[in-house]
Amino acid sequence: MSEEFFIQGNEACARGAIKAGCRFFAGYPITPSTEIAEDLSRLLPKNGGSFIQMEDEISAIGAIIGASWSGLKAMTSTSGPGFSLMQENLGYAQITETPLVIVNVQRGGPSTGQPTMAAQGDLMQVRWGSHGDYEPIALSPSSVQEFFDFTIEAFNLSEKYRVPVVLLADEVIGHMREKIVIDDNIETIKRTAPTEKGEDFLPYKALENGVSKMPAFGDGYKLSITGLTHDERGYPATSNPQDHQKLVKRLCNKILENRDEIARVKLEQWEDADVILISYGSSVRSVIEATFKAREEGIKVGYMKIDTPWPMPEKEVLEVSKIANDLIVVEMNLGQMVHEVERIAKNNANTHLIGKIGGELPNPDEILSKIKELV
Amino acid sequence: MRTEIRIAGFGGQGVILSGVIIGKAASLFDRINAVQTQSYGPEARGGASRAEVVISDETINYPKVQNPDILVAMSHEALIKYLDGLKENGILIVDPDMIVIDEIKDFVIKNNIRVYYARATAIATEEVGLKIVANIVMIGAITKFTDIVSYDATKDAILVSVPPGTKSKNITAFEAGYALSDDLVNLN
Amino acid sequence: MDSEINSKENPSLKYLRKDRLPHIFCGGCGNGIILNSFFKGMESAEMDFDNIAMVSGIGCSSRIPGYVKCDSLHTTHGRSLAFATGLKTGNPDLDVVVFTGDGDAAAIGGNHLIHAARRNINLTVICINNNIYGMTGGQISPTSPKGSFGSTAPYGAQDAPFKLAELVTAAGASYVARWTTVNPVQLSNAIKKGLKTDGFSFIEVISQCPTYFGRKNKLRTPVDMIRYFKDSTVVKRKADKMTDEELLGKIIIGEFANNNRGEFTKGICNLSIEECGKPTYKKSAYKL
Repeated sequence: MSEEFFIQGNEACARGAIKAGCRFFAGYPITPSTEIAEDLSRLLPKNGGSFIQMEDEISAIGAIIGASWSGLKAMTSTSGPGFSLMQENLGYAQITETPLVIVNVQRGGPSTGQPTMAAQGDLMQVRWGSHGDYEPIALSPSSVQEFFDFTIEAFNLSEKYRVPVVLLADEVIGHMREKIVIDDNIETIKRTAPTEKGEDFLPYKALENGVSKMPAFGDGYKLSITGLTHDERGYPATSNPQDHQKLVKRLCNKILENRDEIARVKLEQWEDADVILISYGSSVRSVIEATFKAREEGIKVGYMKIDTPWPMPEKEVLEVSKIANDLIVVEMNLGQMVHEVERIAKNNANTHLIGKIGGELPNPDEILSKIKELV
Repeated sequence: MRTEIRIAGFGGQGVILSGVIIGKAASLFDRINAVQTQSYGPEARGGASRAEVVISDETINYPKVQNPDILVAMSHEALIKYLDGLKENGILIVDPDMIVIDEIKDFVIKNNIRVYYARATAIATEEVGLKIVANIVMIGAITKFTDIVSYDATKDAILVSVPPGTKSKNITAFEAGYALSDDLVNLN
Repeated sequence: MDSEINSKENPSLKYLRKDRLPHIFCGGCGNGIILNSFFKGMESAEMDFDNIAMVSGIGCSSRIPGYVKCDSLHTTHGRSLAFATGLKTGNPDLDVVVFTGDGDAAAIGGNHLIHAARRNINLTVICINNNIYGMTGGQISPTSPKGSFGSTAPYGAQDAPFKLAELVTAAGASYVARWTTVNPVQLSNAIKKGLKTDGFSFIEVISQCPTYFGRKNKLRTPVDMIRYFKDSTVVKRKADKMTDEELLGKIIIGEFANNNRGEFTKGICNLSIEECGKPTYKKSAYKL
């Protein structure tokens, strides 16, 4: 069985959260993400869940970390200014390996910037925003259906790898309405409690995939969870370099070593392409349109739609860089992903940027002109 | 084929809901593709407000309206603000009581625009007895004058979009709009 | 020999993670008195120790939960109440206790403090107020008395301090008390009441930091500080009849609030019952 709806991206995200098993939301109103909080304030009580409007975004992420350790799937949603405030606790979620989902419906920045206009200027903030070393997972939807699907995927990845996952959407996807199909049969990943009982359990001893089992508070494990560098028991271990290296390398490697499992891309018309367009999020819509227009004119253009900007799908980018002469990264900022593509492609292909700021989607005709300049 | 429609008026006229209903009619009931977007920010509260829908039997990639095939103007301010974007040979539907048609005569003739009148506000007030359903009257008119959405689909879309207690008033409004004459307005 | 030692074992030790001792607190620090008072209060409230979860932020006081053999969440600076709000709402069956300090709760976390009190969420907050930042080396805090010295106030603190118990009372907490480390009996009694209160409980404990506050303010030894507390405390009943001038430099001790106002997590749970016929889920992230 499935149902169809014609709804906004933000509404689709809220419904996806409920379907994914999210039963706790804490947040703070901010344009253009507010509809997610509004919808969940209505949906959660109808589904045995809790909704809290917090005093700011710092406490919003704090509350969902607490709720995650209580044994619930938890989420918050925000936009640039709120995402900036969340950075410290995002690092806390990384080092304590707390599964949760943060939705960032991007708007124009820096600062208050353009509250009602779309942007993709937070890509590198997701990567480097909190201090210290870590490897983020981020998903970028480019349709309302994907905002729903990726919300579920974000919860699944967060549970599988015990990490915070960022849903990096933008105002265009958040506010536009499209048809979505919601299937009754949706696969969700649930936590398995550790089989070992009691105080001897080591909550930070890695099992398969570098991930350890996640116990809940109140289950007799006498957990010691801290943002300090810690040992396998969870006890602070801050002065020995080896302890820190062991922990932080494991945290990074559990993402890096599973990159192929996590990273998702869609490649179209690339086999014979002279130019390959690379994009993510709502900009993908312009890129696909430009690809069609170019092909109609007989220009060999393909595109790569990156669904997981983090971890970067390095293998795929490298592969296409060996096929096309030119790679054009299309993004709504003054150049962020382009640096990653350049780094991966090296001298295999020339890397170019179409970086559009101001709030409007890149124009397919502008992309086409750039393509024509190159071929 | 891709058709772009822009519905504009002032805040409070329900232009966003009009766009949503057209989008639903196309995607959920006519089962073709539709994307609806709208302007946000200060201009959505009072001033000019607009909703846009792209309808196509093919996949819609670029979701935004660039040059509408159809412009629906429910206020003079909106008409003047958005007229320039209308395509040559495009369709313009206006509420004649809310605009000054003389001001756009040159544009209409020069660009071979097909103009239809829909006295949505007056019909909503006089025939339905509820001014706020002017947008639904306008949807009836859009359905009649253009072939972007079918009569049945639009009716179904209205029924699933309006509050339960207001269904019959809204259907009356829709029918009144659909009953309007589809004679082209001659500005020569 | 062993049994002799064991028989002299501190009665609190059974609640501690022995594998984490020795602790990091300085000699003469008030944290020990407060932790002992906590366990006494917990016992007299007949709480189930295994059901207690502790949450803390950053600072000396926030290191206490790490030594207690219970589930503990040692969070970021100032944010313990936000984390605790999620933990308690997610599983209202847990008895959630927050250890915090004057810098953690009143400076960086001041906003969370008043909002947690406003919500009246059932948390028991022990705020160890030593009027100084101990862990970072003796900087003044929002409760440092005007004119007191700190490493960032070499000429004496210029700004007026917060009165935490009064602040939290005004924000709407169900139970509020202030005692000092000189009043361990009253303190453990207040902790008992706080644990029993179905609402936000805030127990402010004026405590000594001889290492920094004492050294910088001519109260060099723990005994000097304890004597200072003894000389400066005034019970609330008496203080209510004194003028502001008479109260200058005094520490008002006693109960500031003890009422039964609607509790936050119960409201959330009731809303769920109204809207879907069942209470909020617990541990629904787990496979059955």
